[in-house]
Amino acid sequence: MNALPCTIYLSFTGALLALLIGKRSALGARIVALATALLGLEITLSAAFSYIPNPHGLTTLVNTPWISQLGIHYYLAVDGISLTLLILTGLATTAGILFSWNIEERVGEFFALYLVLIGGVYGVFMSADVFLFFVFYEIAIVPKYFLVAIWGSKNKEYGAMKLVLYSFVGSSLVLAGLIWTYAASGASSFGLPDLIQASSHLTHIQHIEIFGLIFFGFATLAGLFPLHTWAPTGHVAAPTAASMLLAGVVMKLGAYGCLRVALPLFPQAIDFWQPIIACLAVLGIIYAGLIALIQEDFKYVIGYSSVSHMGFVILGLISCNLKSLSGAVLQMFSHGIIAGLLFAVVGRMVYERTHTRNLNELKTMGLGKRLPFVACVFVIAGLASMGMPAFSGFPAELTILIGTWKVSAVWATAAAVGILISAAFTLRAIQLAFFSDAKSVTSANTHAFAPITLPEKLGSILLIGTTLIIGLKPDLLFNLINPALQSPYFENIIKGVTS
Amino acid sequence: MNHFPLLSFTIFVPLLGALALALLPNLSEKGLKQVGLYLSLSTLLFVVLLLRQFDPTQSGYAITEKYAWIPSLKVNFSLGLDGISLLLIGLTALISPLCILTLPKTNTNSRLYILLFLILQSAALGVFLTLDFIPWFLFWELSLVPSYFLIKLWGGSNAAKAAYQFVIYTMGGSAFMLLAFAGIYFKTGTFNFVELTELAKSGGLTLSLASLGHTWTVIVFLGVFIGLAVKVPLYPFHTWLPLAYSEAPTGASIFMTAVMSKMGVYGFIRILWPLFPTLLHRASGFLVWLALAGVVLGAFAAIRQTDIKRMLGYSSINHLSYCLLALFSISSITPESAMGYAPITAAFAGLLLQLFNHGLSAAALFYCVGFIESQLSTRSITEIGGIRKVAPRLAGFSGVALFCSLGLPGLSGFIGEFLIFKGVWGIHPIISTIACLGLFATAYFLLTFWQNVFHGATTENVKSTLKDFTASDVLTLAPITLLMVLLGIFPSILIQLFNPLIQHWASSLVLP
Repeated sequence: MNALPCTIYLSFTGALLALLIGKRSALGARIVALATALLGLEITLSAAFSYIPNPHGLTTLVNTPWISQLGIHYYLAVDGISLTLLILTGLATTAGILFSWNIEERVGEFFALYLVLIGGVYGVFMSADVFLFFVFYEIAIVPKYFLVAIWGSKNKEYGAMKLVLYSFVGSSLVLAGLIWTYAASGASSFGLPDLIQASSHLTHIQHIEIFGLIFFGFATLAGLFPLHTWAPTGHVAAPTAASMLLAGVVMKLGAYGCLRVALPLFPQAIDFWQPIIACLAVLGIIYAGLIALIQEDFKYVIGYSSVSHMGFVILGLISCNLKSLSGAVLQMFSHGIIAGLLFAVVGRMVYERTHTRNLNELKTMGLGKRLPFVACVFVIAGLASMGMPAFSGFPAELTILIGTWKVSAVWATAAAVGILISAAFTLRAIQLAFFSDAKSVTSANTHAFAPITLPEKLGSILLIGTTLIIGLKPDLLFNLINPALQSPYFENIIKGVTS
Repeated sequence: MNHFPLLSFTIFVPLLGALALALLPNLSEKGLKQVGLYLSLSTLLFVVLLLRQFDPTQSGYAITEKYAWIPSLKVNFSLGLDGISLLLIGLTALISPLCILTLPKTNTNSRLYILLFLILQSAALGVFLTLDFIPWFLFWELSLVPSYFLIKLWGGSNAAKAAYQFVIYTMGGSAFMLLAFAGIYFKTGTFNFVELTELAKSGGLTLSLASLGHTWTVIVFLGVFIGLAVKVPLYPFHTWLPLAYSEAPTGASIFMTAVMSKMGVYGFIRILWPLFPTLLHRASGFLVWLALAGVVLGAFAAIRQTDIKRMLGYSSINHLSYCLLALFSISSITPESAMGYAPITAAFAGLLLQLFNHGLSAAALFYCVGFIESQLSTRSITEIGGIRKVAPRLAGFSGVALFCSLGLPGLSGFIGEFLIFKGVWGIHPIISTIACLGLFATAYFLLTFWQNVFHGATTENVKSTLKDFTASDVLTLAPITLLMVLLGIFPSILIQLFNPLIQHWASSLVLP
């Protein structure tokens, strides 16, 4: 448990080492990165196994004054929700490194930036001081730019710029909101428990205003419609490992911010914002799903599917009851794993071999027969993404649906339509990319592809195994998430909304 | 609870077998087929074992199993077997091995083909045996995956569209069913069918759903209804069916018509009816007309088909609509009508018999038609003729199945349809009369088919390329053909399995 903060330091140290070693040996850098990721995963998993839910809320790991004049502390604390997302980070990092094993260009720098990003992400999920939260949040944003701009594919500069601009606009909204809260409430520190207490002195109008700033600031990163447009562009332009992390983990930072900061701080604003945000979330689910249905670029299908699935997370969050919130956290985890897998198939396993992402070109290649392993992985990932029972997406979407019924049957119905659309576009992508008719396969495309490498196999098995285990035994995570949601930390928001 | 988890074994042996088959080292083509066949036949063994434990005089669940699964959502993996489930797992046990035997000779990936059928078998068994929505839905959805790939990879020239359409239609139904059950769970806190049935009986379910408002109660009902109606399919939710049945490879067509369509009817009996007796009752006045439309229009559409597989597809709609006609007729009864139980039990018994018999006869017909198609590479009724002279064995087996399907007395199809008509006549004489029209149309298209394809002048392609059934084909079809004859003469073999159950059900019908 106490080793958890080490994941942050470990990632930064690993980054430095990778940079230094990478100059001499690419393999060395890869091994350093993988070792760092595996250690991080091991630490988070053993922490989660030994974790005993704290009935008072957060379990403090470190709490020392940092800038005491401003009441800023180096304050790290976790509960079951942070642990769930820390495990996700560990898994997604490991898989991301396995799937970028073949990167040849500036290997050391690539993994260094990658690990800095991870360090920031670990930091965000553990911060219990909003200033610290914000610092880690920014640490995570900067490396994204370089990862996309240097190692990205088509349109990389544009994608990187858009990605970072949106992130910065989002985070400046958050910052403004936080400073406003601190100033107006007269809180003694930036610590989250303190702020929650202090914010209850704010007026109702202030609650509504500041909540708007902070929630939409975070929701930009979570891909809430109509602030989502960075997501598909950025995910598509990014190199595989970065898209896996962006969709898998970085989008969760935004959702996590909404849950950890925006909602508990301003429970009085929920009633006002709920219809608006839920409406946007549902629009996002359906709109992004419909867009994904007509994409020609394989990677855009996955990019838009991420937006659609994150809509479920936002819908669960804003529905604000035990079921919907636990579903939203599970969906964050589940989508992190599944999106990682989908991007790995499209960006790494298919694109690196076919050098095209156009579905109409892939159609002529008969990939189902020539890359059976990849087809199999994509079918499984696709089924998981559709919300098939036995995969992790199912319990997540089911609990969100149950929770949404509590607030409004209309949104629940619209979300169900969203599930159907996601089945339609996933199936279309499966059919076009892997199982096109034999007659449309042109004879020119018969040269052998490079065989599937061991890291690719390991990465796929890791992610598929996770989504299956959680799908069949969702209580492994629900038992972490539910006690956290029932703790006093969240009591205001769960009580705040009555059905 | 018995000591040996027989029900779990029944469900999971084919599924685990499929996994093992996927990991097994290279087996010969013949070895694969044998292993697959044995795994598939395992269900038959379990059915025999279950039959020995089964006490038909009991009306509740004779054998149950229950394991905690997702405690935080109060989901249990709970299984139960009564006469109706026994009947349907029996049917699944008979049909599934047949599907594996349809493995095409020139198959490129026999392992996958066999594996998919084993998964399909487990999924169907799971649907017939689980009593909790979550595992039930798992198996319900699981059945889609193998069917999709069977149609897509082994289907005809238009398979891509057929497979896509089939899955999207069914998923559409499922999504709304999921929505409905999320709502039910939110109001009642349970997914268990037995608990929900009890709640419905005591009026608690209606009360809890009433707080959603009337519109949303109706939407919850419709959600479950549509999910099931697409699967059967009930007119007008049937539009995916002709294409899917005609493009699918023979084995998949057999499984879809013989077993998967029964999953939908089973859902009506096990879920919709017990959970929403009042709403179903109110809707029944309208639904009987939809079922009637299925009977009549299905038959008339079949008359107009020139593609023999499409014709059988429409004939399936027609036959399953009889089942739904019986079901909706029973549920439409009002207490004031003061009729005895006789029509109810007759219609109910007929419905269950028809489920089983249609499974047998449709499977045999699709097998024969698939055989003809694979040899002649055509499905057009106009290009085939005079088979009887060239292939008497093929014609013989087709004839038995065809006349069974048509309801010839002495074969098993007759008693089911007779009981349905007897029951419906007692409840809705007018509808029953109109349904007779459908009966004539059924007879007409089946006889036309028989006459054109098996009699008449032998066409050139039949003369030159058609071979008769081999010994293995005969052995494949012999068991179900014998059953058609046997059950035609002794229908009580089946009726005794569920008779106490339907007597009990009829006497305790939750009449509004």
